[in-house]
Amino acid sequence: MALVLTEEQSMLRDSARGLISDKAPVSHLRHLRDSKDRTGFSKELWHSFAEMGFAGLLVPEEFGGSGLGHVEAGVVMEEIGRTLMPSPFLATSVVAASALNRGGNSAQRSEYLPKIAGGSLLATLAIDEGAKHRPLHTGLQAVRAGNGFKLSGAKALVVDGHVADLLIVAARTTGAAGEREGLTLFLVNPAAKGVAIERTIMVDAHNAARIEFANVEVNADSVLGEVDQGATLLDGVLDIGRGAVAAEMVGLSEEVFGRTVEYLKSRKQFGKLIGEFQALQHRAAELYVDIEITRAAVMKALQALDGDVAKAASAVAVAKARAGTTATRAVQEGVQMHGGMGMTDQFDIGFFMKRARVCEELFGDANYHTEQLARARGY
Amino acid sequence: MSDTETADLEIFRNETRIWLEANCPPEMRKPATSDADVFWGGRNAKFSSEPQRIWFERMRDKGWTVPDWPKEYGGGGLSAAEHKVLRAEMARIGARPPLSSFGIWMLGPALLKYGNDAQKKEHLPKIAAGEIRWCQGYSEPNAGSDLASLQTRAESDGDDFIINGQKIWTSYANYADWIFCLVRTDPTAKKHDGISFILFDMTSKGVSTKPILLISGYSPFCETFFDNVRVPKSNVVGTINRGWDVAKYLLQHERAMISGMGERGVGRPLGQIAADSVGTDGQGRLDDAMLRGQIARFDVDEAALAACAERAVDLAKAGQAHPAFSSAMKYYGTELNKRRHEILMSAGGVDALEWESERSRQGARPRAWLRTKANSIEGGTSEVMLGIVAKRILDLPGA
Repeated sequence: MALVLTEEQSMLRDSARGLISDKAPVSHLRHLRDSKDRTGFSKELWHSFAEMGFAGLLVPEEFGGSGLGHVEAGVVMEEIGRTLMPSPFLATSVVAASALNRGGNSAQRSEYLPKIAGGSLLATLAIDEGAKHRPLHTGLQAVRAGNGFKLSGAKALVVDGHVADLLIVAARTTGAAGEREGLTLFLVNPAAKGVAIERTIMVDAHNAARIEFANVEVNADSVLGEVDQGATLLDGVLDIGRGAVAAEMVGLSEEVFGRTVEYLKSRKQFGKLIGEFQALQHRAAELYVDIEITRAAVMKALQALDGDVAKAASAVAVAKARAGTTATRAVQEGVQMHGGMGMTDQFDIGFFMKRARVCEELFGDANYHTEQLARARGY
Repeated sequence: MSDTETADLEIFRNETRIWLEANCPPEMRKPATSDADVFWGGRNAKFSSEPQRIWFERMRDKGWTVPDWPKEYGGGGLSAAEHKVLRAEMARIGARPPLSSFGIWMLGPALLKYGNDAQKKEHLPKIAAGEIRWCQGYSEPNAGSDLASLQTRAESDGDDFIINGQKIWTSYANYADWIFCLVRTDPTAKKHDGISFILFDMTSKGVSTKPILLISGYSPFCETFFDNVRVPKSNVVGTINRGWDVAKYLLQHERAMISGMGERGVGRPLGQIAADSVGTDGQGRLDDAMLRGQIARFDVDEAALAACAERAVDLAKAGQAHPAFSSAMKYYGTELNKRRHEILMSAGGVDALEWESERSRQGARPRAWLRTKANSIEGGTSEVMLGIVAKRILDLPGA
């Protein structure tokens, strides 16, 4: 398959870009942050997303969705990355929708997927527990009790955790931390007894929460997929999330880079445009090359996910690792080349730096994914 | 792509796979490890082995030494999509290129775009059939990165030019049959405007070559001298004094070629090669955590570059490619290849330092490592490439 967008995908990009740049420029995020908005995103915009078919982009048509693929999800994520628009799209429409669609039985799919597509249900995956992303080290315990399970433990960096209507919780039913065997995914009502949710205000002003589970009772119907065999489902769902976040980082990187190049063409010092200085020209050119290469790697990964999620792991690892290092470089060069202006809160560039840092941690940073590639290649 | 096109392409893939399986000798499915493994063609060409000959002749007969050239010039007439399939199928079995040639990589594309009918009919089929080996007369002692300041003169004498001057870094000039050469035909014009692109036989009277010994111990480059060499004016490609257009177009192809010089995706993963000499720990990991990290980061970047190279082809096909993008690829590809060989040297340790032993295949690894240092100089330095990206793609001001 060609590594360029098809005509339909380009049209999707244009309509996403039109909506997002119009309704949610960076000032939208600034306003949500400064007004300490309780929801952390615009419900009105989310309705527009649903109306345009974005909320159910990955949901099959039989459940009221658009039935599109990961390249298309990446197209939307990239546009989100350009303006840093806070949106349930990642947690609900990409990660949770994929978990439910791939792991759910017919009752679960029929119950949740149409609501996601319609924009009425927000859902999220609760996976991380420690400071770093280590899915196999999941230690939240799920102990059999009567007809169901009791969940005990804590999760961190649960995206949209304080606004979600449904939590998808990775838990350990058997085995020890580090083992593939014994992981199970559970669907948990956030209003259930024993669930304590703390919204964590993050550096990037996007939604996240810490959630504690104290003997939370769930019934057997709450299991998503197979008991003890959740690792494979989780791998696929996480890779889908990683591909989407990598796409967001490509959009973010390009936007920062574009703003920086414009600045090089307008700022004068020593009687010259600073873009005339070779020291800056070469750094800008290197960054351009980095972004182009990363864009191709991310597209490759998204196409691999559309082909066969189970075989996409290495391509996704490459994409997420590259996206992390490229975005980090883009925002650092962006601030540096904007000089003192780049350090001010009034200027937007800092928002990009903060969001890039969070994206880097989401679903594993560059070091994590580089390690995964080394293991996959047997050294 | 329509369903019929997709179906046709799948048929082509199956046929190609079957043909390659039947026709590519097993010896030709291993990575080339020495110069003798590469067949360059030419009047004096010799095959280093029978499988090399068989493989070359079979591919030549199908037009697949130059799969995407028109059939009338000895090519395979494949579409871009079919060519991509052929490359993928060859890569799948690790098939070597049957013929390596500056005629294929550089001159051919320039002739197809700028050559007249007679020139195309004369030269392209001989390139495709590996009959004539070409070299490139571009750089001069005082015209390296600033190529357009070249001074080799071509003075008009009736229907001919008389050429005098010196070229340097002429790859394999001592083995080449013909040269494509930049010469100054108008010394009074501005430096880019008085250059012509001309072809001539290296056996012409007045042409001599002198190999240059490099730090690798090899002499892949020559100094080339022209002393009153007489060349018909009909051998100019494109318009007289407009040779810079041809030169630049050809450079894009040269840069694309050099950026692809790394042994991408061929053979064993670098980490496993390193494990042979460094060893592994109890968990099977390379027993040098820092080196392992270096290699893994290299692997990430190499895989990403491979995707970008694929995308560059697709963008060109879709008419969305920036003409200067080959400079971006050349910059990154050559720097990455240097990284690869630094890692190989580090992984090899003491064993990678031997220069003349049988054990070291006459110092193959250190010689290859040293050779790669030229990658970011030849065909335009990394600094020149970044300058091109800055000015032509990013449109940054100045110079």
